[in-house]
Amino acid sequence: MKLDVFDPPMCCSSGVCGPKVDPVLPRFAADLDWLRGQGVAVARYNLAQQPMAFADNETVKTALTEDENCLPLTLVEGKIACRGRYPTRSELARFAGVKIVAIPVVTVKQEACCGGASASGSASTCCA
Amino acid sequence: MMTFLQDTTRYLFFTGKGGVGKTSLACATALALVEQGKQVLLVSTDPASNLDEVLGQRLTSTPSAIPGAPGLFALNIDPEEAANLYRENVIGPYRGKLPAAALRSMEEQLSGACTTEIAAFDEFSRLLGDPKATAAFDRVIFDTAPTGHTLRLLTLPKAWTGFLNANTSGTSCLGPLAGLEKQRGVYEATLTALADATRTTLVLVSRAQKSTLKEAKRTSAELGLLGITNQRLILNGLFRARHGEDRLAQAMEGRDRAALAEFADWLAGMPVTRVPLRAQNVIGIDRLRGLLGDSWSQPDDTEVVPPVGAMNILAESLTWLVDDLARAGRGVIMTMGKGGVGKTTIAAAIAGELAQRGYSVHLSTTDPAAHVHAVAATNLKNLQVSRIDPAAETLAYTAEVIATAGKDLDAEGRALLEEDLRSPCTEEIAVFRAFARTVADGDTGFVVLDTAPTGHTLLLLDATEAYHREVLRHASDMPAEVRELLPRLRDANFTKVLIVTLPEATPVHEAAYLQEDLRRAAIEPYAWVVNQTFAESGSRDPLLAARGRNERPHIREVAEQHAQQVIMVPWVPEEPVGFDRLGQLFEPKAAKHREVELV
Repeated sequence: MKLDVFDPPMCCSSGVCGPKVDPVLPRFAADLDWLRGQGVAVARYNLAQQPMAFADNETVKTALTEDENCLPLTLVEGKIACRGRYPTRSELARFAGVKIVAIPVVTVKQEACCGGASASGSASTCCA
Repeated sequence: MMTFLQDTTRYLFFTGKGGVGKTSLACATALALVEQGKQVLLVSTDPASNLDEVLGQRLTSTPSAIPGAPGLFALNIDPEEAANLYRENVIGPYRGKLPAAALRSMEEQLSGACTTEIAAFDEFSRLLGDPKATAAFDRVIFDTAPTGHTLRLLTLPKAWTGFLNANTSGTSCLGPLAGLEKQRGVYEATLTALADATRTTLVLVSRAQKSTLKEAKRTSAELGLLGITNQRLILNGLFRARHGEDRLAQAMEGRDRAALAEFADWLAGMPVTRVPLRAQNVIGIDRLRGLLGDSWSQPDDTEVVPPVGAMNILAESLTWLVDDLARAGRGVIMTMGKGGVGKTTIAAAIAGELAQRGYSVHLSTTDPAAHVHAVAATNLKNLQVSRIDPAAETLAYTAEVIATAGKDLDAEGRALLEEDLRSPCTEEIAVFRAFARTVADGDTGFVVLDTAPTGHTLLLLDATEAYHREVLRHASDMPAEVRELLPRLRDANFTKVLIVTLPEATPVHEAAYLQEDLRRAAIEPYAWVVNQTFAESGSRDPLLAARGRNERPHIREVAEQHAQQVIMVPWVPEEPVGFDRLGQLFEPKAAKHREVELV
C-alpha cells in the first residue's frame, strides 16, 4: 500500500513557521505518522521544496493545470483519493484498508478544510 | 598593531556593537595584508553594509577587485539578493514544466523571513565551510553586522546541525532532509572552521565606552561558548585631550579612561590593539591605509574637509520634539538607524521625559543586543521597560502552539510538533509576533520602541510585508495585532519614526537608504535626530573643533535633502545612562523654533 500527499508550497509540514499555526497541519502530520506505524508507505511532497515530484507525476500535473487550488492532493496507489483538503484519520484508515483500534481524540474543527491555508495562497479557496 | 598583523589566521571575523568602526578596521587590516603580498577577500555579512562606501566601489555577491589595491577583493552578502537567487534555483528548472499558478504560489512561499535568513546563511556557510569557494584567496576577512544579528548568524551552524541530526520527520524549512546531506556537511565544516584557533580569529572591536565594552565582553563570552576562543580586541577611537583647559575635551578623555578602568580585569586577559580617534570618517583606500599606523599625531588628524562656509539651518531640540510628540497622547515612537548612533539613548530619553510628564509609557526594543534596562534605570511607576528577548519569545510561542494547535494531538503527534518547533526558524516568527504585540500597545498609551541596527530592522519590515500579504488572503485567521501591524506602522498619526544619525558621512547615507526603504513600505519618517554633535560645542581642542567643523556638510545634507524635521542633540560630557544623566540631553525649558548657525 502506497499513499502520497502533495502539499501546497509551505515552509515546514507542521506549518509552525507561519504567523499562525493551522491546527490541521500538526494533526495531519500526526495522522500520517500513525499511518506509517501501520505499515503503509507514506510519502509527502511540498511544492516549495520538492517541485520535481509534482512535475514528474502526470496525475498531479493534470490536476494542477485544471485547478490551481487542488492542493493538497492525497493519492492512493497513484489515484487521487482526496483533493483540496487533508483527509481525516478515519479517511486515511479507509484509504489504506487499516483498522483503527482505538480512535484517539481528534476534535479539531474541519472548517479550515484547506489545510495549507496559513502557509500558502494557492489553497485558500479550495472549498469554494 | 604590528603583532596583530603578523601570522594572521586564514579567517578573521570583525564584530562589535554598531558604529565602533568594524568596517573601517576590517578594510585597514585587509589592505595591510595585501601589502604583505597576500590575496585577500573581504566579505560583508551586514544586510545594511557600508563596505561599498568605505572602499569607494560598488559591490555584489561575487568578489570584485578593488581598484588601487591589487590583490584585494570584496563582496557583500545581500540577504535579499541571496533569497532571490535561492528562489530562482528552486523555481527556475520548473518553468514550463509546472503551471504558472503553481510557480507563483511557490514563489510566494519562498518570500518569507525564513527563506531570506536561510539563503543568506547558506552563502555565509559556503564561504567558511566549502574550501573550494575561497581557494583563490590567502585570507578571508568577514566584516559582520552589529552584534545581535551576528551572534544569530554564528550560532546558526550549530543550531541547524543539531536540528538536522535530531529531526526524524524527514523535512524541514531547509527542504527535504534527504537532499541536505551536502548542506549538512557544509554546516559542520563551518562549525569546525569557526572553532579552530589555527584557522579563525575573532576580532572584537570596541570604543572606550561602557556600553560597547560591555557588549564586546558579552560577545566574547557567548562566542567562546561556541568554541571560538582565538579572540582579540581593537580599542578604536581613543581620545587624548590636547587643550588643557577645554572642559569638553577633558570630560571626553576622562570618560574613556573611566570606562577602560571599569573593564580593566577583562582587558588584562585579552590581546589589545589601540587606535586613536580621527577628526573625520575614514573613507577611501588612502585614509584606510593610515588607520593602523602608529599615529597619535597624524599630520592630517585635525584636517577639515571639505571646507564650507558659515550656514544657518532650522533645527529643533529634543525638548521641542517631546513637546510635539506628547500632543498625540498615545501611539508608537520608533527610533531607527545605523548601529551605534544612539537609538537606545534617544528612545530612553524620550520615554523618560514622557513618563515624567505623567503619560503611561512602555519602552521596549527589538534589538537582541540592546541595553534598555541599563540605559533607562528608573523607578517611575508609569514607565514600563521591557525588551523583546528572542529566547524568551521562542519559549512562550512554542508553549502557546503546543497548548493550542497541539492540544488535541496524541503523544506521538505532539512529539512531532515539538520537533518542528525546535527548528531555528521558530525564533523568527516568535520575534515577529512579539513586535506586532508591542506595536499594538500604542493604542492605549505611548510605546517607545528602540529598534535593532538598520539591517536587522529592514528584515523585520520585510517580514511584516510578507506576512501582511498572507494577512490579506486569510484575514480571519490572523491574530488582530498581526493583521493591524502594517496599517498601524503606516499611519503617520499613530507611528512616528525617528531616524537617528550621527553627523558623519556613513551614518547619514545609511539613514537616507533606510528612509527610502521605509518609503517603499509606505512608512514616512517623522523627524531625523542628529545625535552627538560637536558643531555647537565651542570646543577649543584642535581635534574636537575639527570634528565639529567636519560635521557641517553632513548636518546640512540632512536638513536640506532628507529630513522633514531636524532635531540636534549635543555630545554630552557624561555617558547618558540612567534617567538622571539622560536629562543632560534636554534643554532646561521648552524650546522655540530655532535657527542654528554653523560657523
